[in-house]
Amino acid sequence: MAEALLEVADLNAWYGPAHVLQGVSLSVAAGEIVALVGRNGAGKTTTIRAVMGLIANRSGSVRFAGAAIGARPTHARFAAGLGYVPEERRIVPGLTVRENLRLGLLACGLGAAAEGRAIDAVAQRFPRLGERLGQEAITLSGGEQQMLAIARALLSQPKMILLDEPSEGIMPALVDEMAELFLELRRGGMTLLLVEQNVELALEISDRAYVLDQGRVVHEGASLTLLADPTIRERYCGV
Amino acid sequence: MQLDLIAVQLFTGVALGAVFVLLSIGLSVIFGMLGVVNFAHGAFYMTGAYAGVFCLAVTGNFWFALAAVPLLIGALGLGVERFLIRPLYGRGPDYPLLLTFGLGYVLVEAVRILFGTDGMPFDTPSLLAGGIDIEGLGYFPAYRLFVIAVTALILLLLWLLLERTRYGLIIRAGARDPEILSILGLDIARVWLLVFGLGTGLAALAGLLAAPMRSVNPEMGVAVLVEAFVVTVIGGMGSLLGGAIAGLLVGIVVSLTALWMPQMSTISMFALMTLVLLIRPQGLFGRGLSR
Repeated sequence: MAEALLEVADLNAWYGPAHVLQGVSLSVAAGEIVALVGRNGAGKTTTIRAVMGLIANRSGSVRFAGAAIGARPTHARFAAGLGYVPEERRIVPGLTVRENLRLGLLACGLGAAAEGRAIDAVAQRFPRLGERLGQEAITLSGGEQQMLAIARALLSQPKMILLDEPSEGIMPALVDEMAELFLELRRGGMTLLLVEQNVELALEISDRAYVLDQGRVVHEGASLTLLADPTIRERYCGV
Repeated sequence: MQLDLIAVQLFTGVALGAVFVLLSIGLSVIFGMLGVVNFAHGAFYMTGAYAGVFCLAVTGNFWFALAAVPLLIGALGLGVERFLIRPLYGRGPDYPLLLTFGLGYVLVEAVRILFGTDGMPFDTPSLLAGGIDIEGLGYFPAYRLFVIAVTALILLLLWLLLERTRYGLIIRAGARDPEILSILGLDIARVWLLVFGLGTGLAALAGLLAAPMRSVNPEMGVAVLVEAFVVTVIGGMGSLLGGAIAGLLVGIVVSLTALWMPQMSTISMFALMTLVLLIRPQGLFGRGLSR
């Protein structure tokens, strides 16, 4: 394997006295889709929040695109090319769809014209968002909000995006559409790290997967192999 | 009761309310974004009045003071956020609260040492010394009209800033979800710094504008801080529109009770606050607790 785009080594994290990540190591090569699965509370969300620098009490090394970013603040990790779609989408209430999209461009320092063009491109790619640009974003359906959150993270053209539970609370037809979007992104050269409760979906669209349990990586391998192994899914991925 | 008396008192209430508006907007936006209950806000207001006294003594020009004081005290606010409050983020709201509480005392004491404990005279600028006499309605001092106009202008500028610029978008989003701004690549610490500077600059402007109407003394920020909190609670924490409307409402209620029931005038705003909280615990325009 070529040098990994994202290389996480011996990641530890604490919430108060609780040692929630205990030496997690994982790597993602450029152009891969990697899934992070495991039951509720296994440490999946904490892992990607730590990768984004959002956990105050942490240790371990995070390398991205050849640079050690483990000590950098969150906004500098974004600048390095890490996009992140957090759990529950985090659409900002009180703002329209267009304004929520503009948030994704603020750090890029574009002029108004370039900003408008970028948002028009999103509107074409996601017609459902395009039709609702002036609408208050919080009134969108769960699936539309998820698309908005993903589109917002893609606007700055990151090298890689981290997705936390993108299929949560979304109707099945849209889940398929989203899986298709992820595959299409990868064909375009994007790298994805996908945290999912929906193990089947995650393993079907990813190349490799890590199984997390109680803050440790307990299994890793090709997604198809894990998908074919019912014991792993029963033991570590039941809700 | 005569109509002219009511009109004049109403007008006085609006001018008083304008000062509350400027003061509570800063308090509210600092709380909304930074989560800091700024107990030094009244002291910044008082420092604004004294910085005005100083500017006037040096230059003799009120208009220069009007421009310089908010910038000067705003810069002081930047320093306070950067070096005193920033190290306390992430430790819970009581740390910055206690810090600003103490800072308020330090500022009051510093002013006492520099300017003395007695009050200072602050003349109405000569250009605004007169008034407008409307037949049958009463006499309206020009300076109060000026205070109302300046406040209206500031509100308009703030509205344009919030609704029409990228900084406004950052502030509106940051008041709801600061973390998403870091995730999307913005240095939230810088945003907080500027918001704190803006809030303290507005408090100083309020202090300067109030100086010719209310007396200038080291304790002038103490009572007004309570009034600003009342306004902020009535309007709803974090709401610009709420702060503006509640400020005017409190100014008018205080003035009118002073006219009809003078003995009630000091508690009327608390009665109003109680009433609002009973009906809408999140304040008139507050969002309540989300997430």
